[in-house]
Order: sequence, then C-alpha cells, then structure tokens
Amino acid sequence: MALWLFVFLAVISLVSALGVIVQRNPVHCLLALVLTILALAVLFIALDATVVGFLQIIVYAGAIMVLFLFVIWLLNLQAETGPTGSLALKFFGTIASAALVAELWSFLLRPHLKVKYVGESASYGTLGALSQKLFTDYLIAFEATSILLLAAIVGAVALARRAPGQRDSRQGSLP
Amino acid sequence: MTVEIIASIVKSVLMIVIGLNLSVFLLYFERKGSALIQDRVGANRAGITGLGKKLGLPNLGIINTLVFDPIKMFTKEDFVPDGADKFLHTLAPFLALFPVMITFVVIPFGDTISIAGHQIDLQAANLNAAVLYLLATIGIGVYGIALAGWSSNNRWSLLGGIRATAQMISYELAMGLALIAVITTYGTLDLQEIVRGQGGVYFGWLPRWGLFTQPLAFIIFMTAGVAESKRVPFDLPESESELILGYFTEYSGGKQAVFMLTDFAEQALVAMLVTTFFLGGWQMPWLYRDGFHLPGGAFIAMPALAISIAGILAFLIKVLALCVFLGLVRWTLPRFRYDQLMRLGWKMLVPLGLINLLITAFLVVAVGSAS
Repeated sequence: MALWLFVFLAVISLVSALGVIVQRNPVHCLLALVLTILALAVLFIALDATVVGFLQIIVYAGAIMVLFLFVIWLLNLQAETGPTGSLALKFFGTIASAALVAELWSFLLRPHLKVKYVGESASYGTLGALSQKLFTDYLIAFEATSILLLAAIVGAVALARRAPGQRDSRQGSLP
Repeated sequence: MTVEIIASIVKSVLMIVIGLNLSVFLLYFERKGSALIQDRVGANRAGITGLGKKLGLPNLGIINTLVFDPIKMFTKEDFVPDGADKFLHTLAPFLALFPVMITFVVIPFGDTISIAGHQIDLQAANLNAAVLYLLATIGIGVYGIALAGWSSNNRWSLLGGIRATAQMISYELAMGLALIAVITTYGTLDLQEIVRGQGGVYFGWLPRWGLFTQPLAFIIFMTAGVAESKRVPFDLPESESELILGYFTEYSGGKQAVFMLTDFAEQALVAMLVTTFFLGGWQMPWLYRDGFHLPGGAFIAMPALAISIAGILAFLIKVLALCVFLGLVRWTLPRFRYDQLMRLGWKMLVPLGLINLLITAFLVVAVGSAS
C-alpha cells in the first residue's frame, strides 16, 4: 500500500473516530462511526484483504449501523445538552484511558511486532483463499462460531415471538 | 499504458451516461407510458415551433417532460424546513445518489473489443470481487434515505425513512441469497466471468442464460430488486395516500429532483443487474466468437468487430426491454400493505432463497463429482 494512501485513510479514520465521541447528537456520532468503518474497510482492501474489506462494509456499515440508527430513533435519543457525568466519573475515566494507552504502548514496543512485513502471495485475501483456510485449518472454530450465531438468532426470535392467541399490545403504533 | 487509462476513463463515463440516459427514459415512461397503460392522453404540451403539428405528427410530450420539467425543478426555491438538521438535510440526496452511480461501473456491457491492436475489456472496473462490491454499495444506499427521513423534522418523513430502511435491509437478504446461488453455479465473483459462463446452449437450442439455469433465483432477485428500488408495488416508503411523499416530503427543487433521479437510476441498475446475472449480459443467442451457430447446424461467419458491437447492442436492448417491463409492473400492480411486504420478504423469499441455495449446492457437487 502506498504511504500517501495509508496517511490519507489513517487521518480520515482518526478524525471520524474522534467525531464519534466528541459530538453531542447521537445520529451525527453514528455517521462518524460509519465513516470510520468505511475508512477501515478501504484500508483492508488496500492491503489486498479484499473480501474482509467488503464484508466490513456489508455487515457493519450496511446492516449493524442501520440497526443502531433504528435504536436511536426508537428510543428517541436527543442531543445531549450541558456537561454529563460527575467529577469522580471523569477522574476515573482519565485514569482508565491513561492505563489503556500505556498498555497499548508497551504492547506495540514488543519485539515481535518489529518484524518487517514479508508479504504473502497477492491472492491471500480473495474469497477462494479465505474459504480454503476457513474450511480446512480453522474448521472447528468456524463451525463453533456459526453455532453461536445460530443460538443468538434462535434466542432473539424466541424473545420477540408472541405466544399464539396473544394480541400484540403494540399494534397500531408500528410504522 | 496511456491507452488503458484513456479506455477506462471513457468506459466509466460511458457507463454513468448510459445509466443517466436510462433514468431519463424511465422518467419519460413514467409520464407518457403510464398514460398509455391507463388510457389517458398524458403529456402532450410544448412542441417545438409547431413543426410536428404542421407535419401531422402526434405530440409525444418529449420536450415538456424531459426539458421543461427538469428546468422547472432545478430553478425552484430550495427549501429547508424549520428545525431540520441543515447539514444532513442537504447531504442526504447525494448520499442516496452516489452509491447507485458508482455501482454502474462494475457492470460488463460487452465482450472484449480490439481497437488499433489493443484488446479492451468492455467493463469499466474489473473487480474480482464485484458481487461483494455490489452488495456493499447497495447496503450503503440505505443511509441517504434514512437520513433524509430523519433530518427533515417531519413525522411523515421519519415514518417513510423507517419504512424504506426496514424494507431495504429485509430485501437485501433475499437478494444476497439469490446471488449466492448464482455465484455457486458459475464459481466466480467476477461479473464478466459470470456473463461468459452464460454462453453456449442447452439441448442444442436453448441459450445457457441464468434465467434457465437459475429460474428460482431469477424470480427472487427480480422481486427483491423491485423492492430494493422502492417502486410500486413496493413503494410503501412514499405511499402518497398515507405519508404524503414519505422520506422526501420536505424536499423541493433540485434536491427532490436528485431523489427522483436516484429512484430511476436504481430501477435502471436493477435492470442491468438482472440482465447481467440472468439474461446473459452481452451474450446474444447462438452468437460465438466467430459468428452465429444457429440451431440445426447452420453457420454464419461474422467479423470480430461486428460481434463486439452486436454484444453491446444486445446488452442495451435487454436492459431497455427490462426497464419497460419494470415500468409495466409499476403501472399494473396495486400497492402491498406493509405487513404483506414484510411477510413476502421474510417468510417467502428468504426461505425460497435458502431452498434454492441448497438445491444448487447439491447439484453443483453432484455434477462436479460425476464429471
């Protein structure tokens, strides 16, 4: 990946990530988060991990963030006004974030990360290569994850489901 | 190298121009074609200098639908309602149009053509993961509409936006399932390769188009595509009798024109995608790289350049025919109810797509192990 491309995308993702936490209107925060996700996806694609990049857009930007938008609308969240959180919260928040930065710093300084990127074949990010890995080397982890997701889907349906004969109390208020 | 760069610029511009022109055609069809279907007179004003009248031609209303209507729209006052989010209200139409426009570039509109010794692939952007790119841009398209509904500070707009968003993410799923079956059949994510895979014939005469290879996927994709472009019978987001105009109630002038353009461009895009996946793209029946091999053994040789151009024409004719078909659907069927829409999406198309995928996977493995 060209350096200018990396710098460009890094600046976009950092600025939009800041936008997620400093803006007061939840919809604006969400849009900033979408921009961060898109910038990260382009970074993936520029690193030849094409499939991961596109899946990032399809799943996160195209589906999960839309659900976030729905949650914001349904809870009717308004822009926050005035300062939030007590002084103690800010105090401990500062300490926690400082600890996180220190931890990341010490992790990044570890010697194994200083190994230069040796470059695999350019096709390592294609769908074929990815599926080959998923269905051979990581088959058990892959199947276990799919069972986990299936359990979550069944759970969500079971929670949202009405018992037969029971009237929907929300009827008339749906869009 | 420079030839390739010039070629890809020309191809990208050409593809977007084709998309825009198809949208214009659809706009005209919306005015005059609908009148034809409903036995009305329709647009018939503002001919040029009465020339047509002198010659005794019928006035088809081309000038007033395609020239004066857009001029009127773009010169109207641009209005932002009180309490609206000004920035997002302005951004939303462009967020809606942009994903549709950038999707046009991956569609192959012809086989290779050789000009002055250069082999040029007639596809503006040859991505090897084009199907994923498609799904990604379609997924991003939701934001413009959702934000238009939210930022207008109007209940009807918000309801329209919520309906549109829910509808689009529901039918994206069915669309994706239909596409997975197609990908499984042709074994590639490259649209040009998918079109090439549709060359040849079954039983000596039936073109090997996706329509005949994947009939169920065709029906699912077509339905989901119409729902995705929010046209009747799936135009719940803007149903006039309930929501005024849905998510773009509070838009006027140029911004509203952009939303209308988005709708038409989406319809054109659906026509192009259906052509690419299910009607053989630029494949003409019985036409191969050297000429026509008609059923029955007759053979007509043709020069290579003529075959390339015939491919482009075949693509355009198919897309245009599908656009007219989508228009006919739009002006024939009544609107669904919202619960019917959701039931159709989740309880019919998604299970059908899964069954189709299972059958396809089974057949691909069976055929693969038999050969």
